[in-house]
Amino acid sequence: MELSILTICYLIGSLTFIIGLKMLSHPESARKGNMVAAVGMFIAIFGTIFLYQENGVGLHNYEWIFGALVLGTVIGTLAAKRVKMTAMPELVSLFNGMGGACAALISVIEFGHIATLYTGEHPDQVAATEGTLLTIFLGLIIGAVSFAGSIIAWGKLNGKIKDFSFKGQQVFNLVLFFATLAVAGYLVVAIDSSNYLLFYGILVAALIYGVLFVLPIGGADMPVVISLLNSFTGVAAACGGFLYNNSVMLTGGILVGAAGTLLTVLMCKAMNRSLTNVLIGSFGGNAAGGASAAAGSQGAYKEISISDAAVCMSYANKVIIVPGYGLAVAQAQHVCHELEKLLEEKGVDVKYAIHPVAGRMPGHMNVLLAEADVSYDKLIEMEEANDEFKSTDVVLILGANDVVNPAAKTDPASPIYGMPILEVEQAKTVIVNKRSMKPGYAGIENELFFQPKTSMLFGDAKAALQKLVAEIKSL
Amino acid sequence: MEAILNWAQAHIDIIYIVVLSIFLGIEVIGRVPSVLHTPLMSGANAIHGVVIIGAIIVMGKVEPGHYVTLVIGFLAVVLGTLNVVGGFVVTDRMLEMFKKKK
Repeated sequence: MELSILTICYLIGSLTFIIGLKMLSHPESARKGNMVAAVGMFIAIFGTIFLYQENGVGLHNYEWIFGALVLGTVIGTLAAKRVKMTAMPELVSLFNGMGGACAALISVIEFGHIATLYTGEHPDQVAATEGTLLTIFLGLIIGAVSFAGSIIAWGKLNGKIKDFSFKGQQVFNLVLFFATLAVAGYLVVAIDSSNYLLFYGILVAALIYGVLFVLPIGGADMPVVISLLNSFTGVAAACGGFLYNNSVMLTGGILVGAAGTLLTVLMCKAMNRSLTNVLIGSFGGNAAGGASAAAGSQGAYKEISISDAAVCMSYANKVIIVPGYGLAVAQAQHVCHELEKLLEEKGVDVKYAIHPVAGRMPGHMNVLLAEADVSYDKLIEMEEANDEFKSTDVVLILGANDVVNPAAKTDPASPIYGMPILEVEQAKTVIVNKRSMKPGYAGIENELFFQPKTSMLFGDAKAALQKLVAEIKSL
Repeated sequence: MEAILNWAQAHIDIIYIVVLSIFLGIEVIGRVPSVLHTPLMSGANAIHGVVIIGAIIVMGKVEPGHYVTLVIGFLAVVLGTLNVVGGFVVTDRMLEMFKKKK
C-alpha cells in the first residue's frame, strides 16, 4: 500500500518536473512553472521519507534526516534571499556544486557498504553486480567533477581564483581523465579484496580533474562551463536513479542532463565555437596572449567629458545602450534605468541591445535590467539590434567589451573570430564607458575603442551614469 | 553480446525512461527565448537536486551507531537540500523581477 502510494508520488514528481520545465520556458508562466516543480519535489521528498520501504522495512534515523533538511533549508533560503543579483551566476554554480557533491557522497556510502564486506570475514563471497558498481562509479566521477568544477567556477566568477594553466595541461587533463575511467572500468569487472581501495583514488582523481578542467578556461567561457556542469550533475542524479531503481531521480536527472546539454550547445553556437574547442582549447591562455601582444599598439583613443556625452545623448533621436558585465559589477542597473527614463522624457528613443553571452551567464543582463524595472519590450536581441544600429545616433556601451569587438568579424587570428557580435560601429557615434583601457574578460584588445567615431568615458559605470543623469537634468 | 542483450532485457523500462526523457528534455528547452536562459538554468539546477532522494534513502538505511556513515549521509542530505531549496528560491527571485513590470 505505502509503496504504491510512493510510486504515485514519484509519478507526480516526474510530471511536475516536465510541466515545470515547459512552463519555465515561457515568460508568462515561468514563475508558476518553478512553483510547480518545487511542489513536485516536496511531494517526492516527503513521500520518500515516510513511505519508502526495502524488504518491508521503512527508513529510520529520522532525527538525522530532518536535522539535515532543516539545516539545508535555512542556509539555502538565506543564501538565495540575500545574494545580490550580480552575484547570482556564482550562486547557481555553487548550488550546482552542492548537488554534485551530494551525488558523489551517495556513491561513497554505497561503496562503503561493499568495502565493509571486503574487510569482513568472507571477502571472497562479496557479490556486487557489475551494473551496481558501474552506476556507483559513474555517480562518483561525474558528481566529483561537477562539484570541484563548480567550486572553481564559483571562485573564478567572484574573482577569488585567477586563471591558471601550466605547460602540457591539456595533455595531462586528458591522461588523467582516461586513466580515471580506465581504473574505474577495471574495478567494475575485476574488483576484489586486494584492489577495492582504488575507489578512493578514483574519488581524488575525479576531484583533481574537476579543478584542472575549469581552471584554465577563461571567463568568457564560464557560462558554457556552468551550463555543462549543470547537466553533469543531472546525469549524476540519474545514476542514483539507476542505483535505487528510482523513477523520479531518473527522469529528473536525465531531463536536466539533456536540457543542460542543449543549452550548452546553444551557448557555444552563440559564440561560434564547438564544445570540444571550449573544453580542450583554453580561451584565456596562449591564443589570447599572442593576439593581444600583436594588437598591442593600436594608436590613440579619444576621451569624452560628461557634459559632452550628456549633450550628445539628449539631442539624439535614437540611443541604444549595450550593457555588459561592467554594469553588473558597478550595480548600475537602476541609474541606467533612470537615464533611460530621462532621455525618453526628452523624446529620445532608447533601447537596450542584449548580446546572448553578455555578462557572465546567458540572460544575465535581462535579469539585471528586469530588477531595475526596465520594460521588457525595451530589450532587443542581437539580430534585431544589428538592423537598428544603422539608424542609431548614439550607442552607449556600459562595461561590455568582447561582444562588441569588431575583431570577431575582421581578424581571423583573433580567438573570438567568428563570434557573432553587436555591430555598434554602424551607429553614428559610439560612447564607451569602461574603467580603464584594460582588455576585457577574454583578454584581447578591442580596436573599436580606437576608431574615430568612438569616444571613451572612463570610470565606474554607476558613478559615470549618475554624473550623466545629473548633467542631463541640468541641461 | 548475450550479456548486453540480457541486461537490456532486464532494464528495458529504465532504458525507455532514459531515451524518452532525453528527447523530452531537448524538446522542452528547445523553444526557450534567450531572456529566460538564466532562470531556466537555475530552475533546472534546482530540479537535479532530486538527487537528495538518494541521499535520504541512504541515510534512512544506515544502522544506528555507524557514525562515519551517518555523518557523510547527513552532509549529503544538507548539500542536497541546499541545491533544492536554494535553487528554487533563487529562481523564484529572478522570475519575480520579470513579472513586476508587466
